Amino acid sequence: MSTTPTSEHQQLAAALTEGLALIAASGSSEDLRGVMSSLTGKKGPIAALKSSLGKVADIEARKELGQLVNEALVTLQQASEAHSRTLRAGEFAAQIASERLDISEVAMSAQATRRRGRMHLVTQATERLEDVFIGLGFQIAEGPEVETDFYNFEALNMPPSHPARSMWDTLFIESDVEGSVVLRTHTSPVQIRVMQDWPPPIYAVMPGRVFRKETPDATHMPVFHQIEGLVIDRGITFADLAGTIESFTKAFFGEGFTSRLRPSYFPFTEPSAEFDIRRPDGSWIELGGCGMVHPHVLRAGGLDPDEWSGFAFGFGIDRMAKERHGVDDIRDMYSDDIRFTEQFS
Amino acid sequence: MKVLLSILLEMADIPSDPEVVAVALTSLGLAVEEMDIVGAPIPGVVTARINRMEKHPDAAKVTRCFVDAGDGEERHVWCGATNMQPGDVVPLATLGTKMPNGMDIARRGILGIDSEGMLCSEVELGLSEESSGLLILPKDSPLGVSPFEVLGIEHDVVFDLDLTRNRADCWGHLGVARDLAAHFAVPLKGPRIDVGARGAEKSLPVVIDAQENCGSFSVSYVSGITVGPSPRSVASRLAHLGMRSINNVVDASNLVMLETNQPNHAYDAAVVSSFRVRLATAGEKLTTLDGQERALHPEDLLICNGVDNSGVGLAGVMGDQHSEITDTTTTLAVESAWFSPDPIRFAAIRHGLRSEASVRFERGTDPNAWELAAERFVTILRESCPTATLHTGATIVRTPHCPQPIPVDVSVDSVERKLGIRIEADRIVSILNAIGFSASVKGDIVSSVVPTWRPDCSESVDIIEEVARHFGYDNIGKTVPNSTVHGRLSSMQQRRRTLRRVLVGLGLDEAMPSPFLAPGDLSRVGLSEDSVLRIANPLVADESILRTSLRPGLLRSLRYNQSHRAPRVGLWEIGHVYPKSDAQLPDESEQLAIVVAGGDAETALTQWNAICDALSVGTQLDQSRVPSGLHATRSATLARGKQVVGVVGEVDPMVLHELGIEGRVSILEVNLSILLNEEPKPVQAKDINRFPSSDIDLAFVAPDSVPAVNIQRALRQAVAKRLVSIELFDVYRGKGVAEDSRSLAFRIRMQEAGGTLTDSVLAEVQQACIAAAQKAGAALRS
Repeated sequence: MSTTPTSEHQQLAAALTEGLALIAASGSSEDLRGVMSSLTGKKGPIAALKSSLGKVADIEARKELGQLVNEALVTLQQASEAHSRTLRAGEFAAQIASERLDISEVAMSAQATRRRGRMHLVTQATERLEDVFIGLGFQIAEGPEVETDFYNFEALNMPPSHPARSMWDTLFIESDVEGSVVLRTHTSPVQIRVMQDWPPPIYAVMPGRVFRKETPDATHMPVFHQIEGLVIDRGITFADLAGTIESFTKAFFGEGFTSRLRPSYFPFTEPSAEFDIRRPDGSWIELGGCGMVHPHVLRAGGLDPDEWSGFAFGFGIDRMAKERHGVDDIRDMYSDDIRFTEQFS
Repeated sequence: MKVLLSILLEMADIPSDPEVVAVALTSLGLAVEEMDIVGAPIPGVVTARINRMEKHPDAAKVTRCFVDAGDGEERHVWCGATNMQPGDVVPLATLGTKMPNGMDIARRGILGIDSEGMLCSEVELGLSEESSGLLILPKDSPLGVSPFEVLGIEHDVVFDLDLTRNRADCWGHLGVARDLAAHFAVPLKGPRIDVGARGAEKSLPVVIDAQENCGSFSVSYVSGITVGPSPRSVASRLAHLGMRSINNVVDASNLVMLETNQPNHAYDAAVVSSFRVRLATAGEKLTTLDGQERALHPEDLLICNGVDNSGVGLAGVMGDQHSEITDTTTTLAVESAWFSPDPIRFAAIRHGLRSEASVRFERGTDPNAWELAAERFVTILRESCPTATLHTGATIVRTPHCPQPIPVDVSVDSVERKLGIRIEADRIVSILNAIGFSASVKGDIVSSVVPTWRPDCSESVDIIEEVARHFGYDNIGKTVPNSTVHGRLSSMQQRRRTLRRVLVGLGLDEAMPSPFLAPGDLSRVGLSEDSVLRIANPLVADESILRTSLRPGLLRSLRYNQSHRAPRVGLWEIGHVYPKSDAQLPDESEQLAIVVAGGDAETALTQWNAICDALSVGTQLDQSRVPSGLHATRSATLARGKQVVGVVGEVDPMVLHELGIEGRVSILEVNLSILLNEEPKPVQAKDINRFPSSDIDLAFVAPDSVPAVNIQRALRQAVAKRLVSIELFDVYRGKGVAEDSRSLAFRIRMQEAGGTLTDSVLAEVQQACIAAAQKAGAALRS
């Protein structure tokens, strides 16, 4: 047996011992990376041993030594990884300790300069209503706010000088033919436009801005919002109207609420009704008007009353917003005063 | 419209519980707005005789009254009234009484002498709105009883009904009673009639010239009249119904109108013994009962004295002052007519005179109620004047314009199709008969005749509504339609909602200023007023113009907040504008506007970029067109080719100064009718170009008047199809760059479609870029 292997074994053991000591002595990840690259690099002791393997003549001894070199390399790498984990844990802990940030301070100083966005209470109410009606199978229709006399009155079964026109305080637009153009007094003209433009069956709600010649007070504005519903299909009945109002009531207000219809009068529906919502505590909210679309109105919309029938309903949106948020004076809702709107963040 | 429970109970045997009646009224569509209990005896108020009166030397304005309330005890009461004398019987509110106005009667003293109650006026008892002193009762009244009992005032209930425009018939108690009788399935008795023996035939002549305006005109002759006060029961009913008692004749006339819905007028037959109905002539005048002399219009309808053709009443509106009955009147010509509704409505509007009669005529009265009205008139009058005699031979003249009963058929099936519930023919017939629509059935068809008191009904749908009303809306049931339509938002509506959320996310508050502007508001923000629409009848002049831009309203709201210690508001609005067009309706469109106090052009551009990303849209910036009212060197037009989509930048500082706004204001305005209506087509995926890309950086010096976007456009065209992106990564002004110029450094990233870019191609493109930039007004920075 030659002594060379012994000497090489000793060299390897010494290199391993020294390497492990250097690894253990590394004080930072960076040091460790340096130590490892010198230990395992091309010019390192292990590499030197590897390259001298060829000189070992005995195949078995060379094999054995080669295996020992590889094992030493693995040992060093494992030691390095273990030490590296410890070092990194300490280093991240130090980084975390040094980077302290008071999130509340950041939040508060951001608050001071940040603008907050909010939708108008009426827009919020409109979207809520739309969503409930979409759930009930309705689409959303829109129409112009400046209307002709035809759409606002005449097509709605109110021929010129019909006394029921006085049910609305109308704002008229200056035009060549006096009184022929109005600011729509209700969303009902959209009914006619939808009947003319959409092929039946029609299941639509029509939210929008309406106008009346009314002096503003705590409960009235000259410009406010309504939502109108229109259903046109074959075989639509008054019972369907009552059932649809009931579905809406439960979907919008909650399961504990119910609805009732009581006789009323609108020129564009017959039979006509007011609809009231009963709160779970037994009190009533008078909500809006509804009824079966009058045959004259169907004809004005270009539909044959013998083939198509339908119902319509409508109510105010502003009041929904007002009651939901406990607003005492509707004028506050239209003040655009940030001191009012910022409450509803 | 007020109705009294006592009158309804006289007309039909309906339940007397007011709560039950109120519920029935509302379920019939006669909504009860208010229900008041009136004339209820006040516990503690009794009749008392004033035994003696004394003045106190130190209290000139009050009198000491010593009264006897029938219980053998003399009470001392201080009294401020002056209309009483010893011996008078007056109402005494004894100690502990709670008065209708909430006052408690307690032992109160003047000059150390206590008052043991209070002597009362009509006002204090809640009997009238005004009075002048104590209520003096008849001297022979019993003492210690309720003064209401002595006066014959009955405890009653007033229902204030919010009548719908169609129910003309319910302007009389009779119409209300008819609906209630049908509802409770009891017979309708109508008003009590007792005219005693009829007088000899007496017919007063009537001529109707204006036949279109007057469908019928009747005159009944009544003799044996003594004009005097009404019985208390009549006067108090009138008071409960909101009318003043005048005398027994006028009161009977008014009460008949309130009961039967037939306006009528009693003339002194010695003065007016024949009638003519004609249109007024220009220049004619009439002094109405309210004392006003009125210049008449040729469309005004006049009731005239047939003898001299002089006006004695503005038909359907108000009588003439000079033809009023007097204390010496002994015979009456009682007139009841049917006038066409529209002319009466227009006359009432023309003269600004809405009377109890005109509100009834303009809704439509019953041309066949005249006889009942005359009989009821005499019946009421006979309570105070037993000699009043109704003569036979009353005159009734009808013209071709008099409404007739209208036959209307409905099929039982059509009722079911409309209501969604089967109501059998017998039930339909009995409902209709109960409300006076004489009905009969033949097969599937119910034939009915609409009575003349229901001018609102003329076709089958009207009949179906009556059936539904009396069948009960609550009994019809609730179903939901079997729909094939799917609920959804349109793409435009969906995109509008996305936009709202982006705006909220940008920290902006939604505002909703009035769409009405004052003249000058638009020009004050630098916009034209040429194409505005005006409101013909505005509430106030400051709200007489329809906006053509959201800008004035938003800036006003911004300024309002600035002046209320909120200097940093950011507001948006999505709303319509209404510029005038050549068509009948304006060129209405939906707009978005954003203003931010303290914001600059970059603020507005950042907002615009966020909106474009969220909505997948884009526009070109056009600085060559300065939007009016905006900062001339810090603003641009948003364009799509030739089409203007909006503006972006800052508000003109001069405009801000005029409005009193401090600091800069950024502004973004976009026409949403254009932007939201274009649904972007789904982008089709392309293969990723995996060949390497190359960048070239080029810096150009350009005068400030050359917009960067122009140079970018030129570069884009020069690189053409190889272009991946162009980024402006540096802008430099200062040393080494000429005054009023800046250096703009672009990084251009390129890629070849089918391979790697060669150096020669890169060099070629670079030269093309330099040349193109030069053409656009920018020189390569050396």
